[in-house]
Amino acid sequence: MLKLPIYLDNNATTPMDPRVLEAMLPYFTEHFGNAASRNHSFGWEAEEAVDYAREQVAALIGADPKEIIFTSGATEGDNLAIKGVYEMYASKGNHIITCTTEHKAVLDTCKHIERSGGEVTYLNVNAEGLIDLKELEAAIKPNTILIAIMYANNEIGVIQPMKEISQIARKHGVLFFSDATQAIGKIPVDVNKDGIDLMAFTGHKMYGPKGVGALYVRRKNPRVKVTAQMDGGGHERGMRSGTLNVPGIVGFGKACELARLEMAADAERLGKLRDKLENALMQLEEAYVNGSREHRLPHVANISFKYVEGEGLMMGFNKNIALSSGSACTSASLEPSYVLKALGLGDDLAHSSLRFGLGRFTTEEQIDYTIKAVSDTVLKLREMSPLWEMFKEGVDLDKIEWAHH
Amino acid sequence: MAYSEKVIDHYSNPKNVGTLDKAKKNVGTGLVGAPECGDVMRLQIEVDETGLITDAKFKTFGCGSAIASSSLATEWLKGKTVDQAVQIDNMDLVEELNLPPVKIHCSVLAEDAIKAAINDYRKKNGLEELVFEEKGVH
Repeated sequence: MLKLPIYLDNNATTPMDPRVLEAMLPYFTEHFGNAASRNHSFGWEAEEAVDYAREQVAALIGADPKEIIFTSGATEGDNLAIKGVYEMYASKGNHIITCTTEHKAVLDTCKHIERSGGEVTYLNVNAEGLIDLKELEAAIKPNTILIAIMYANNEIGVIQPMKEISQIARKHGVLFFSDATQAIGKIPVDVNKDGIDLMAFTGHKMYGPKGVGALYVRRKNPRVKVTAQMDGGGHERGMRSGTLNVPGIVGFGKACELARLEMAADAERLGKLRDKLENALMQLEEAYVNGSREHRLPHVANISFKYVEGEGLMMGFNKNIALSSGSACTSASLEPSYVLKALGLGDDLAHSSLRFGLGRFTTEEQIDYTIKAVSDTVLKLREMSPLWEMFKEGVDLDKIEWAHH
Repeated sequence: MAYSEKVIDHYSNPKNVGTLDKAKKNVGTGLVGAPECGDVMRLQIEVDETGLITDAKFKTFGCGSAIASSSLATEWLKGKTVDQAVQIDNMDLVEELNLPPVKIHCSVLAEDAIKAAINDYRKKNGLEELVFEEKGVH
């Protein structure tokens, strides 16, 4: 039986796996202790649960449990990593290299660094959404302390070359931080094989709870430290104060364990469904995949349907299908997606984009339904689109003087 | 953001989608907006010799509110005289469709399209183009 509505916005957040919820429940009521209470069994139970979760999280990314700092999510992890390194390594330099398609949590943190006297280089990406490694290396200066490049992009799913970036960082003695929010639990990530020094991620993008995440901070070769951004009880090896969110951490740990065990099968199944969806939608005229199809997360597709507008398009099926658009109309700013624009897409194509994010609970039936609903709506709206009519008549839309408003 | 029922109705069953022969002297065409801005409206009126709008058609590239605004505009235009049509105000569309503040620009665009169509018609028929005040709610 087809279950409606269909959720295809798994890059925004994922539903929690029922097995995660089950693991969490006792830690709200029965085992409610504070993990920092060292003198009674309530505290010991909580601490034990946190230690176990720390192992589960570390195992997923090939880290040592001591290298996991629990946070409230990836935004906090991004802030703690970038600001924390900037402050800790102030004597070594003040220059950070990042790229234009990063998440706002990284870009706005970098803006903050600039306002406080730091220097930031924003690398461009090519039409596929990938940074240029030569440009990266050329951007390194004697005062460079950090390279911050995301693992996989949230809008287009494009995976940056982690190993190559880390080799360059190592060669020049610069730390390498990656926001891996979209990649963790979806594709194999190993901090040692990838050469990552700091890495932020979160529970709710991988079938865990919201409000809990982790920052990986390397302890060996090199030993990395970050300056705490909140003052308090000195939890998490002094890097992140605040009473630990024990139920959240337990759920996050469980989600990491499930991901470690099921990721390969999930990725294979979702890759096939994504390809089915994408290939079917690409049968429509003037449809374009945004970003690299080769270096991409298996469950993500971002497609522009030229001559129809994204929000108008979503309205045709958003009672039954939930997804996102790079269209301006979906945001308060009325600016289309800066990520798509960074790929060199014109505003018109950015306005016409849809992001499909499949997940663990997506079924083939849902994909079949989505193919039909999206295709029908594109065709219907093109019949209503003056641009489509002009395109079909052979009018060059670029040569028209539009009244920009 | 949830859409009003009227917007959903116009989006699902748009009135007067289509194309009039823009070469005809009694057809006025207004094409406003820009693809880069995410909305383009083309609104056309057909006027009889008494100055009555006998037909109106639109095609719109844009969000649901833009489609609804132009659909409603064509409904209002039919049966009005050109002089009456000039009086259509974007805020009437906003009210009728219950558009939220962030979508007011869609109604402004529809009003601009009406005026552009009327001026095109006037120009074709040797009449002076009307000068309109900028609404400035873009």
